Amino acid sequence: MDLFIQLLINGIIVGTLYGVVAMCFVLIYKSTQVVNFAQGEFLLIGAWICWTILVQFQIPFVFGFLITLAFMAALGMFIQMVVLRPMIGEPIISVIMVTIGLSIFTRALSNWLFGQSTVGFPDVFGVNAISIGGLQVQPAYLMSFVISLVIMAGFFYFFKYSRHGLAMRATAFNQQVAQSLGISVKQVFAMAWAISAMVSALAGVVVGMVNGVSSALSFIGIKVFPAVILGGLDSIIGAVVGGLIVGVLENMAEYVDGQFLHWGNMLTIAPFWVLIIILVVKPYGLFGTKDIERV
Amino acid sequence: MASAASRTAPDPTASDAPPRPANAEPILTVNNIEVVYDDVILVLRGVSLEVPQGEIVTLLGPNGAGKTTTLKAISGLLRTENGAVTRGEVRFMGENIANMAPEQIVRKGIFQVMEGRRIVEDMTVIENLRLGAYTRKDSAGAVKRDLEMVLDYFPRLRERTGLAGYLSGGEQQMLAIGRAMMARPKLILLDEPSMGLAPLLVKEVFNIIRKLNAELGMTTLLVEQNAKMALGAASFGYIMESGKIVMDGPQQDLLDNEDVKEFYLGGGGEHRKSFKNLKSYKRRKRWI
Repeated sequence: MDLFIQLLINGIIVGTLYGVVAMCFVLIYKSTQVVNFAQGEFLLIGAWICWTILVQFQIPFVFGFLITLAFMAALGMFIQMVVLRPMIGEPIISVIMVTIGLSIFTRALSNWLFGQSTVGFPDVFGVNAISIGGLQVQPAYLMSFVISLVIMAGFFYFFKYSRHGLAMRATAFNQQVAQSLGISVKQVFAMAWAISAMVSALAGVVVGMVNGVSSALSFIGIKVFPAVILGGLDSIIGAVVGGLIVGVLENMAEYVDGQFLHWGNMLTIAPFWVLIIILVVKPYGLFGTKDIERV
Repeated sequence: MASAASRTAPDPTASDAPPRPANAEPILTVNNIEVVYDDVILVLRGVSLEVPQGEIVTLLGPNGAGKTTTLKAISGLLRTENGAVTRGEVRFMGENIANMAPEQIVRKGIFQVMEGRRIVEDMTVIENLRLGAYTRKDSAGAVKRDLEMVLDYFPRLRERTGLAGYLSGGEQQMLAIGRAMMARPKLILLDEPSMGLAPLLVKEVFNIIRKLNAELGMTTLLVEQNAKMALGAASFGYIMESGKIVMDGPQQDLLDNEDVKEFYLGGGGEHRKSFKNLKSYKRRKRWI
């Protein structure tokens, strides 16, 4: 039973993190209609940049972290402007191939620059597990959970109340309408990529602190995919819920597998099974918007 | 094809100088513009018009005459549909704004309310209104005051807390106009505010347009199919056909003109007595 609760909590913690990355994915899809298969690579790049700054240049964590975020924002805008802007108006499959290409390129580059092995982050937060209600929780996990919640609240506030958030939603609704309101669509696209890259990098750093940095980080991008589809491709709330479901599901699958079935590797497969079932029952995903029709 | 001779305008000034709605200085002058879509399709062939400060000017005409295109040429939205002004100029407060990006033109103070409302359906009423103030640089307090003012003008919007997509057609039109007011534009371009509305609602919407003009001095260029309503509100009117202005004049002149009565207002003229006569009359008297 203890193992069950432990895994459940693990699932929720990992799930919120998936939720954050899924939100970044949805952010890009919603505002620019690009399915970004290189989302996982943003985590990878962010983690490596931060690691390099902290370990190679010995810069204090807070500054190193801020530099990482600034760099990722610039990188996101750069990718949008140089790689994706020329693809506007091209068929969706070409755009998808470009992002897949971007993902392969980035992964190869990181393998070449940093090698295949896993490298640990310097310990910023203590290593001693904290006991919460009789359960041992690593501070890094706890921090990851808190950071995820803060990001989610930030996203909520941004889209609900800020001027730029509203502009982004208007652009997602209809680009011509947005332009008629004085919104620069190019600026919104650049902003969406910048925010997405920045927050993904943050998630990458958090995961890197918990599990170490290696090219395996980019697989989170693939794991997040079922979460996004599950929640509905264009719903931010859906992304969060989808992320939680996938996180918990993974850990539950591991529990069931480890205790009873002994099939092995259920952890990676279970989310995709559920994905298929949900898509059969609700093709728009759990929260995906159907168009409003007045009757 | 058409020349000044075929023009049946009663306006005596029409022959020499470009027609000018009398009293105030024009805030917008469209000077002989030509608009081309996709580099080949010629849509507007030399359209000129003027909108004086603080007045309502209407642009009438049948389907496909180029009314909406004229508005989009002014607001810059032409760009989003692969069109361009290839000749002539659009002067707004002395500056040529032809072919500028729409977001720049909004910042200069021209706000187009597009045909079919085009509100953001998956946002609430308040969010839509706040979106209208996107380009404003003044304080949040001023925006909030304007929000209250808009809601005072449209009290029925205050009660609607759900998504704007579920509003009725008339409420959506009010929201679209309110959203434009939030930007505090110097010139507002209204594209067919009566589209798809019940007659009673059309009346209400036009009352609001008149009220905004009277109380806030909102300068308006109004495109309409409903000529009766539009001429009721406007002080000056232009009539377009096949990409050209074929007639213009002050409100009363247009209302009294036999051809306008015949083609746009319904009734008028002895020719209506027989449908046979009407048809031949129409063929003979088409402006272009």
